[in-house]
Amino acid sequence: MDVPIIELDDVKKSFGPVNVLKGVSLKAYPGKVTALVGDNGAGKSTLIKGLAGVQPYDEGTVKFNGDVVHLTSPREASHLGIEVVYQDLALCDNLDIVQNMFLGREETKLGTFDEGEMERQASETLRSLSVRTVKSVRQRVSSLSGGQRQTVAIARSVLKAAKVVILDEPTAALGVAQTEQVLALVKRLAEQNVAVIMISHNLVDVFQVADYISVLYLGQMVAEIETKNTTSDDVVGYITGSKTYGGAA
Amino acid sequence: MSDTKKTPAPKRSAVASADEAIPDTTALPASGLIGSGQEGGLGDQIRAYISRVRGGDMGVLPAVAGFVVLSILFTVLSQYFLTERNIANLITQAAPSVMLAVGLVFVILLGEIDLSAGTTSGVAMALFVVLSDPGGPNLNWIVALIIALASGVVVGLFIGFFVARVGIPSFVVTLGLFLGFQGVQLLIIGTGGLYRIQEDAVIAIENGNMPIWGGWVMLAVMLLISFGTAMLDRGRRNRAGVPNRTIALVWIKLAAILVLGGVAVFLLSQNRGQVNVLDGKIVGGTIIEGVPIVVPLVLAILWVGTFVLDRTRYGRYLYAIGGNAEAARRAGIKVIGIKWAAFAICSTLAVVSGLFSASKVGSVDAAFGHDTVLTGVAAAVVGGVSLFGGRGRLVHAAVGALVISVITNGLGLLNLGGGINLIVTGGVLILAATVDAVSRVRAGGSLIRT
Repeated sequence: MDVPIIELDDVKKSFGPVNVLKGVSLKAYPGKVTALVGDNGAGKSTLIKGLAGVQPYDEGTVKFNGDVVHLTSPREASHLGIEVVYQDLALCDNLDIVQNMFLGREETKLGTFDEGEMERQASETLRSLSVRTVKSVRQRVSSLSGGQRQTVAIARSVLKAAKVVILDEPTAALGVAQTEQVLALVKRLAEQNVAVIMISHNLVDVFQVADYISVLYLGQMVAEIETKNTTSDDVVGYITGSKTYGGAA
Repeated sequence: MSDTKKTPAPKRSAVASADEAIPDTTALPASGLIGSGQEGGLGDQIRAYISRVRGGDMGVLPAVAGFVVLSILFTVLSQYFLTERNIANLITQAAPSVMLAVGLVFVILLGEIDLSAGTTSGVAMALFVVLSDPGGPNLNWIVALIIALASGVVVGLFIGFFVARVGIPSFVVTLGLFLGFQGVQLLIIGTGGLYRIQEDAVIAIENGNMPIWGGWVMLAVMLLISFGTAMLDRGRRNRAGVPNRTIALVWIKLAAILVLGGVAVFLLSQNRGQVNVLDGKIVGGTIIEGVPIVVPLVLAILWVGTFVLDRTRYGRYLYAIGGNAEAARRAGIKVIGIKWAAFAICSTLAVVSGLFSASKVGSVDAAFGHDTVLTGVAAAVVGGVSLFGGRGRLVHAAVGALVISVITNGLGLLNLGGGINLIVTGGVLILAATVDAVSRVRAGGSLIRT
């Protein structure tokens, strides 16, 4: 097995008296999709925010490519190549696809935008993800469907050669066809050797794309399993706490 | 002639290598790029524009239509409307509102408002006249003007502090300043006081004209800048290997500037003063001719502002914050600093607007500038700038201000000033907002924006 690009070891996080993460370990591999599942309040979001540098962990080590790193700001995480696609996507409706993808990191020449360069890169990134549903990269985001928005948000995250992409419930609120599109996109992302960490409540989606499944239960990682070695029923059991995981992955 | 798709398929970035494993790429265009709406000939571009308008993206179109309709209406109703003298008059009347509306766009794009812009201009111009008063401190007028502009910057930073830093709604902060500044102005000027503008240079802004050749030089500079930036953009797009819009659009734009600007400069180059002619010789009266000095000033500020909004990070971030402030913050944009600067720009341009207005009126009193701000906001809205933020351009606000000025000017010529003027202006404002809202609903959007 490869070296995990992300390796969390015994990370803890508490808010006042509430211990949200009680010593969690997680591994994510390049080119693999790791699903992070767990019930509401299990600590998924807190775990992700620590990786994104938004809310640093209190204790524990984070290894990136085998080296210990300290993620204390979104900028550091982004610098390492860790990108997060939040559930609410964080796109500006009034800007077009290119403008959204480059927001905050525009290509400029002499202080003015190099629109051509940005347009080409945006177009190439979307192409590399085999996106076919977008007619023009100069469409405003307000004119896009939910699936297309998710596509743009994901494309934005990989624009600058991201190594780890964290997706927060990418298929929530999507229709059947759009869910299929986004899941296909997640697979292609992994094919480009990106380590994908996907939070999801939908086990059907998880079993469709994930290589590994990590289950959080009340702030503890109760199972880290290879998808092919488990069943949906078992995972439901781990999530609800009615089953405990014993076997080796 | 179209010069699209002649570039070879560009090199893919490193991440694209895995995509070779996916066989079905037949549906994609041969150029290897996703469309950008720039392809195709003139016909395609016109069709695309029409479909955008039908899709609810009306932009400045209703305001331009309103301007044309009102102009025709007043030309029919009044023999004085389409005279050289009235055109010059209309332009100088509109200049202060244009400036104020343009300044307000910077904060309106953020979804904020500055109700104190008018009183800010009042306080700043009160400072200006008192400081440069020969019977008072008698400062050099340039020094006094710099102080006035600086006071605008300070006011903007003050508002920005409370809005961006403390987090008070801009409506409340600027409403407070709107009230407070009326008092400040009263204290500076004194009850019932009125200061005449003494400096000829200031009077000349609105009342002086450039020499005839100045107008033509101005037009030539506009054409050159327009052509130069268009070519620069095309060059960059070519180098990046993405298609350009058909060059015909550049020629059409230049032709439009040449014809409309040419007609305007030509009309303003005619003598619009009263002269007494005896035996074919001018024996008395005054010759008034040339483009008013305020015109190049307004155009220059408009151009710089548009440049900043369209082509620099600062401008893009203004739109981004207006569209989705949280997304902007997560993208690493320093939202607070951008907002802060926007309020400073708005207040400073409000002072410039006050300068134009003082130049036009020739004096500053204790009530100067108090009733202008809502006209500025109305101008922006009539021009198609969204009060919800993120949508609109400077030129929209400028056209909106022209529409409102045409109403004031035309009704004045028909001796229907005062009450009727305000009623019609209010009606046009509501009409403009309705056109905008209905066009958005037709495009499948919601009437109520969240």
